[in-house]
Order: sequence, then C-alpha cells, then structure tokens
Amino acid sequence: MILESSLSLRRPFRERSFGIAGKLLRINWLFMLCICLLAGVGYAALYSAAGGSPQPYAQGQIIRFAGMMAAVLCIAMVDIRIIAKISWPSYVLGILLLLVVMKFGHTGLGAKRWISVGGIELQPSELMKLFLAMALAAYFKRASPEMTGNILFVLPAVLAIMIPFGLILKEPNLGTAVITAAIGGVVMLAAGVRWWWFAIIVAIIAVSAPVLFDHLHAYQKARITTFLNPGSDPLGAGYNIIQSKIALGSGGFFGQGYLHGTQNQLNFLPEKQTDFVFTIIAEEFGYFGSMVVLALLFAIVTLAFYTAMTCNHVYGRLVALGIGTNFFLYCFVNLSMVMGLIPVGGVPLPLISYGGSALTAVMLGFGVLQSIHVHRDVEFGDGDDF
Amino acid sequence: MSRAGRVAKDRSAFTRRAVLIGAAEAAVFGGIAVRLYHLQITQHGTYALLARQNSISERLVAPERGLITDRFGTILAGNEQHWRALFMQAMAPEPEAVLQNFFTLVNVSPDEQARIAQDLASRPGYIPVMLKDFLNWQDMAAIEVNTPNLPGVVVEVGASRVYPLGPQAAHMVGYVARPNRKEVAVNQVLSLPGMRVGRTGVEDSQDQALRGQPGFVQTETNVHGALVREVAHDAGTPGQTVALSIDAGLQQLAIQSLAGNTGAVVMLDATNGEILAMASTPGFDPGLFDKGVPSSVWNGWMADAKDPLQNKATAGLFAPGSTFKPTVALSAMKAGLLNGDTILTCTGSFTLGDHVFWCDNHVAHGSINMVTALQVSCDVFFYQVALMSGIDRMAAMASQLGLGVDLGADLPNVSPGLVPTLAWARARGIHWAQGSTVVQGIGQGYTQLTPLALATMIARVATGTAVGPHITRRIGGELQNGADQDDWPDLDVDDRYLAVLRQGLFEVVNTPQGTAYSSRLDLDGVQMAGKTGTAQVHNNSAAEKQKNFNDMTMAWENRPNALFVGYAPAANPRYAIAVVVEHGNFGAQSAAPIAKAMMTYAIQNDPAGRDLPLSVPLQSTTQTLPVTGT
Repeated sequence: MILESSLSLRRPFRERSFGIAGKLLRINWLFMLCICLLAGVGYAALYSAAGGSPQPYAQGQIIRFAGMMAAVLCIAMVDIRIIAKISWPSYVLGILLLLVVMKFGHTGLGAKRWISVGGIELQPSELMKLFLAMALAAYFKRASPEMTGNILFVLPAVLAIMIPFGLILKEPNLGTAVITAAIGGVVMLAAGVRWWWFAIIVAIIAVSAPVLFDHLHAYQKARITTFLNPGSDPLGAGYNIIQSKIALGSGGFFGQGYLHGTQNQLNFLPEKQTDFVFTIIAEEFGYFGSMVVLALLFAIVTLAFYTAMTCNHVYGRLVALGIGTNFFLYCFVNLSMVMGLIPVGGVPLPLISYGGSALTAVMLGFGVLQSIHVHRDVEFGDGDDF
Repeated sequence: MSRAGRVAKDRSAFTRRAVLIGAAEAAVFGGIAVRLYHLQITQHGTYALLARQNSISERLVAPERGLITDRFGTILAGNEQHWRALFMQAMAPEPEAVLQNFFTLVNVSPDEQARIAQDLASRPGYIPVMLKDFLNWQDMAAIEVNTPNLPGVVVEVGASRVYPLGPQAAHMVGYVARPNRKEVAVNQVLSLPGMRVGRTGVEDSQDQALRGQPGFVQTETNVHGALVREVAHDAGTPGQTVALSIDAGLQQLAIQSLAGNTGAVVMLDATNGEILAMASTPGFDPGLFDKGVPSSVWNGWMADAKDPLQNKATAGLFAPGSTFKPTVALSAMKAGLLNGDTILTCTGSFTLGDHVFWCDNHVAHGSINMVTALQVSCDVFFYQVALMSGIDRMAAMASQLGLGVDLGADLPNVSPGLVPTLAWARARGIHWAQGSTVVQGIGQGYTQLTPLALATMIARVATGTAVGPHITRRIGGELQNGADQDDWPDLDVDDRYLAVLRQGLFEVVNTPQGTAYSSRLDLDGVQMAGKTGTAQVHNNSAAEKQKNFNDMTMAWENRPNALFVGYAPAANPRYAIAVVVEHGNFGAQSAAPIAKAMMTYAIQNDPAGRDLPLSVPLQSTTQTLPVTGT
C-alpha cells in the first residue's frame, strides 16, 4: 500500500506533521465556496437593509465574516483528535459561560443572553450547541450497539443535554433551548440509541405541552398565541408575522428589484437586518432569489452530511452530523418563523443575518467540520480516548 | 468480530440513520420551498396589494376655488396661500396622543378641539381633518421641530379667499364660508379641509362653477407615517374663473360717490342688461367669513340700523317717488288716454273728495304737456294721469318695464319689489281708495322697488329693449347668453310714446328748468337723460305739510329718500343708472350728482364697449391694458 502510505493521513498513528499544504488541499472547497456565496448574499441584503449603504450593517458583517473565515481555516488545520480531547472541557466551559451569562449577562430584548468578552458580544448558548455535539460525540465514539442499547449508558448523555437545555431555557431563550436539545437528540440517534426511545420522549412532550405552556414567559405565550391567530392584534405582536408575510408575498417571481422593496425600504419590517433578513431577499429578488438562497443553505447542510458520511471515525461522523443539523435547524426555525409557520423566536438566518454571536458560533462549527473533513481518515488510538 | 468488521457495521448503521436524518431535513427544505411558492407566486397578488396599502396613502385635496374678476380681469375674489395643519387619522397609531401633543404645541381653542374630535369620529379615513388653519410662523416651527411626535399631522398649503375690493364689492361678489353639517351630509367632498361654499352674491349663484373637482395626493409613507415621496398628484380641476360684467373702476367710483351715505347705485349696459356697477352701502369685509367672523363684529352688523349685510341694490325696497312717473306716463299713452300734446293743468294742488294732494313745493305749474310735466316733475299732472290710467294699467306697464316682477337676475336674494294691483289689494283685504291710485302716480303708497329694478326700467325705456339685468359675463372664458342686444326681446311699447318720454327725460337734465339741470354732463356732445325722485318715508303731519317740510330739520331717518334714474348718451343710450340715497332729501341734490359722476366715467372709459376674454394671466393684463376713451 505504497500509495496509501504516501498519503500519510491514512496511517494509523499519532504523527501530526501532515504538512499544511496537504491539509489545505483536503479542505472541502466547495463547502467554503457555498458559505462565501451566502456571505455575499448577506452583504447584499444588509446593504439593502440600510437603504443602499454599507453602513451600518453590511460592512461590519463582512469584516467579521472575513475574520471568522481565517478562524475556520486555522481550526481546520488542528488535528481532530486534539479537538476530540478538548470536547468535554469545552462542554464544561460552555456550562460555565451559561452560568456567567445568567449572573452577569447583558439584558437584551428582555432576556439575558449575551456576555461581552474583550468587546466581542458572545452568546454562550450558541457555542453550547457545538460543545454539546462534540461532548456527545466523544461520549459515544467507542460505544458498541450493546452500550447504546443500555439505558444506564445513555442516561448520562441525556443529563448532558438537559443541563444546557435548562440553563438556556432559563435565560430565557426557548428557541435555542429546543434547538440545543434537538441537536443532542440527533447526535444520540445517529450514535445508535434506540429510535423508539425518542418516540416515547416526543410523545411525552406532546402530552405535557399544555402544562409546559403555562410555565412559559408571557412574551413566549404571546408569540405562540399570536402565531396561532396573527390577525387578532395586527399592530401588536402579530405585526411582525403579517408584515413579514406581506414582504415575502409581494416579491412575486423576480421580486420588486434590488433596493426597491417597499416593505424593506420603508421600514415596515421589524428587525429586518437580523431575524427577518430573508424577507429582504424574498421581497427584492422574489421566489427566484429565495430559491437560490434556499439551495445554498441546503448545499451546506448536504455537504456537512457528506463530510459525516465520508468520515472514517465515529467522533467525526457524529460531530459533523451535529454541526450540519445545527445549521439545518437554524435555517428551519428562521425560515419557518419568517413564513409564519412557527412562533417567532430570536433565531437568525446563519451567514446572512446581521450579528456577531451567531456568526461566530456557526463559523467555529464550520472550522471543526473542516477539521473533520481534513482529518476524515485518521484513526483514534486508545490514547485518544478521553 | 474484527475491529474492521465492527467499524464497517457501525458505519453502515450510522450511514442508514444519517441518510434518514438527511432525508428528513431535505424534506423540510422541500416543504419550505413549497410554502414559499405558495406565498410568493400563488398569493402574490394578495400580498402585493397589502404591501401597496401599507405604503401608499391617498387623500383628497380641495381644488382651488375659481376666481371672480371684473370684465377686465381685475380680481374681485381671489385665493391667497396660507399654511394649515391637517391630521390623517389612519397614519397615527395613537391619534389621541398625537392630538394631545399637537394641542400643547399649537394653541387651539376648546371649541375647535371639540370640533376636531367630532370630525375625527365622523369622517372616513381618506378625508383629513383640519387641525388648525392659518398657521403662523411660530406654529409652523413648533410643528416642524416636533414632527416625530406628530405622526399623521400634515402641514400643507391651503388657499383662503381674499377680496381685493373688500367692502366695496362685498354684496355682489358675496363671500364664502365653511360648509355646514347639512351640506356636508349631502356632499362628502365638502368636508375636505379648504372646501368653501358661497353664501351670497356671485360666490353663491356661481358656486358650482367656482368650486371645481377635488384632486388627490398619493404619498408613500414609511412605517411611522412620515412622508417618503409623493407618488402621484392630481390637483383636481380648479374652479372656473367667473368674469363679471362689472367694471371695478366704476364700482369703486360708485362707492366713493355715495360718500358714506346709505344707499345703492346700479349701472347697467342699457343695451344688454349687463351690470357694470352695483354698489350698496354701508358694506362689510367679506374676507372675514372665511376665517370666522369675530362675534363683536357680527353683533355690530346685527345692531346696525343701516343693515350692512343687505345688498340694497337687489334687496333694498324703496318707494320710487317721481322715478315712477315714466311708467305712469307710458301706461296712459299706451292705453291711448293721452299723447305728447295733451295739456293738463296744475294749480299747485289736486283735490279728490275731501283730500288735497299737493304739488311739489305747492307750485302751480299751469297748463303743461307731458314733456314739461316730467321736466319740472309736476305731481298734479301725474295725479290726473294716474286716475285716467288706473292702478292695473300702471301695474301692467310696470311689469313690462321690469318693476315688481322677477327679473331673472343671476344673483341670489333679488327682491321683485311690489307694484300693487286691485287683485293684490283684494287678496289682502285692503280697501282700494281712489286716493291710493292718485299717489301711485308719483310713486308713493304701496309701491316698493329695488334699485336694480329701477335701473332695468330706465334701461328698457332708453333702448326699447326688454333687457334683463345680469352680472355673469364669462365662465371659464365662455361668453354667457345675454351679452348681445339681440338676445333680448323688444319692448311692447310704441316708439312714439317712448320718444315723448325720452324727450321729457332729456329736458329734466339738460334744460335750466329741469330738476336735474345741475347734474348735466360736462361732456361735448354727450347728454344724459333721467328723472329725479324724492320719496317720502314718513307721514308728514298737517303742520309739516303746511310749511312744505323743511327737510333738514327732520330727524335723519324721517328725511325722504333721494333717487335718480337716467341713461346716457341721450341720443344713443348705452348706460343706464339708478341711484338711491337713503334719507338724502332731494333726488336732484343727492342722487343726480352721483349719476353724473358715474356717467362721466362710463362715457369716458366706455367699459361696455370692450372686455377681455380671459385667456391670459389675470393680474398682468389689468396693468398692460391700454386705457381708451380718456
């Protein structure tokens, strides 16, 4: 296997000197192209959101993206086994950050979600989703089917999901909490945990939903009730949904033209540069523009799944799947919210919405994803166990 | 199981689940795409309309009211721009709060605040509500600075009505006021801020032509209701310019000639009945009605015995006195009872039964004919003619000459006046004594006529044409009917009788014995003909009659009214005039000089001979117009 040994990454060893150039070549450049294209779409949308100006959104966001792009490439060079080793420490760090945000965090829009680290706004709940996927992957990476079928083995993993879920719910940030739990669930499902256990949990949640509803915050309840009947309060909580749907619907096939969407340019859209950024694209570029963006988003999810399925180690597979699912859930929640399919909750559209913390979290995940892709053929020795 | 085998098995299990999860996620993306298709393509029409309604707001704007000008384009009623604050309810999320903010910035009386509240409750959303008219600079600045706190408040240019001639032409031009609730109920458009309804004069009679059609402004507004841009603007159809037959110069001269007296002057184009001047004193400021008449001013008008709001030219009723004599003469001549050569005797008084009717100044005129009787205004002569003719014949001739009948004038509130007939007396249970017929011969008694009717009468006598008085010459540049002598029928009176009459009227003014000789024209080759009148308004006591009442010793309101009717040029009548000076004593003393001044101006400037078709800007034309005839 001279050919194999010449491709040094194939070797079952702990050697880490693969050569930077070789690793760069192994990066999934199609994936990188897709995220760059989406960032470009984001720049255009934010430029339009500011009424045809790079200030105050588009320019800052593209600079942040460029910085994070460098970070992605750097992380991609890091051996996945090292990342695997710091999975649990990262998880603990994430929990600590959530606790810090609870005690000292900034209050924004009625919720404590952000902390400031050296001037950078951080949302630990966003990072927590990545750390949770990594921790669960590390936990399950050597699990045999017998172990994943053993409830006692699975319970600590469930606990590992419930802790951040509870903390994020308490911020309160229902949307991210549910996404976090969903990512944990998908990673466990992919790891081989019995599918019908999930069915039971979903059933329990469905039954207890009315009880849970009572324990929601007033604004969360309001979101759900106005979602169910947006016309009941057209200038209040239902306003966002109505205006958002008007923006989408008025786009038609080719849209009203760039910088000519009345809903966007005349400020009928609330939070248009953040959560509702998709409406700008849909209004000004129509169904055509929507589909292009949707295709790019889907391509990213698909390429993440491709990385997961072409990876030769369990840890990489599970983390890649978790990262892909995280991205998918961002898209699903955001787009559904914009279209009025699920209650509104502060979930941005990744790579397009204005804002630093979501971009940071998503790009860190992509860094890990590319590290997995670059190091898809490494083998984990016993020493790589946590 | 080998490590490789276990790995392979794990892998296939993982791949299976990953594919399932991926497929589920792909399905979700598909669902999103379908949902987007539904929103963006299938329901595009609905949402596009909603987006448009979001951003486009439409409101009606009042059209500019048409101008009223004189025949040369001098503006009698125009529009002046001012600023006003309007409120678009639909653009304000919290109208109450906006109004409170507005009231703290701009002083609005409690009455007006109540009116605003009522308007807001009763108007449809596309009609803005007037918050304050005639904003001053402080108001403007306060509103401008506080725009963010006043969503829905719009400051716009409005037009207010101005009357350059003010009180001088107030009665005939009329005035405008805000429509009342009843009018608004009939026509919603009237509720537009800035819409005005004509109340009197031409503003009233030509209201439809002056009003115009409302336009609209479509504006794009952002979510705060702030104006982004004007999408469409339709100024509507401005009201048409109504050019009157009036000559503003003559009108002003009439007012000046009345010189503070109470009375009226009407000058007609004798050939077609066009009103060239129509003055009534005292006057009022018609511009006050647009802004609201202060109650002190209003109460003053109401308390004034001289009734400044009344148009005395069309609604003031006066005993015609001797100016009625031409009618008496014509009625008798037409009946064949006498002719120009018939001689009747005046001994200074006329006795009927046990009642003595005096001639003026108790003078005995001797044996005189019709012409002389007119010239010296002999009452006894006309007592006898009246008895010959009878009350009904006189009334019939009066109505032929336009007295006591509806003249069909294009002005509101024109009184027909009253010329009694036997049937009229019977209907009212009045016993008609011969004496009543006698005094009818000198225009006393029941007879009550307007200056407009007297002017019409003398115009008809002058031209032999049954012209009707009218004031509207052009609407939107279009010449109206009646501007030509051929538009009017001939008078059904023999020219020979008219010739006798005209000779008498000529001698009144142009012979030294004539009662109006002192008011003859100082123009070469142009004479005025006319008739003076002095009408008692007070039943003189026997003592007063005996001393032939020294009028200047009487209280003002008891003094007789002074009248004059006339026309010029006597040889080729063009202008006809009627002057009434209330309590002006003798017609020759107070009224005839006014007629002289008016006729002199008319002959010199000949306004009836020319006008402007009004296809050119108005103000400039009045200045560049060459003045002819001077």
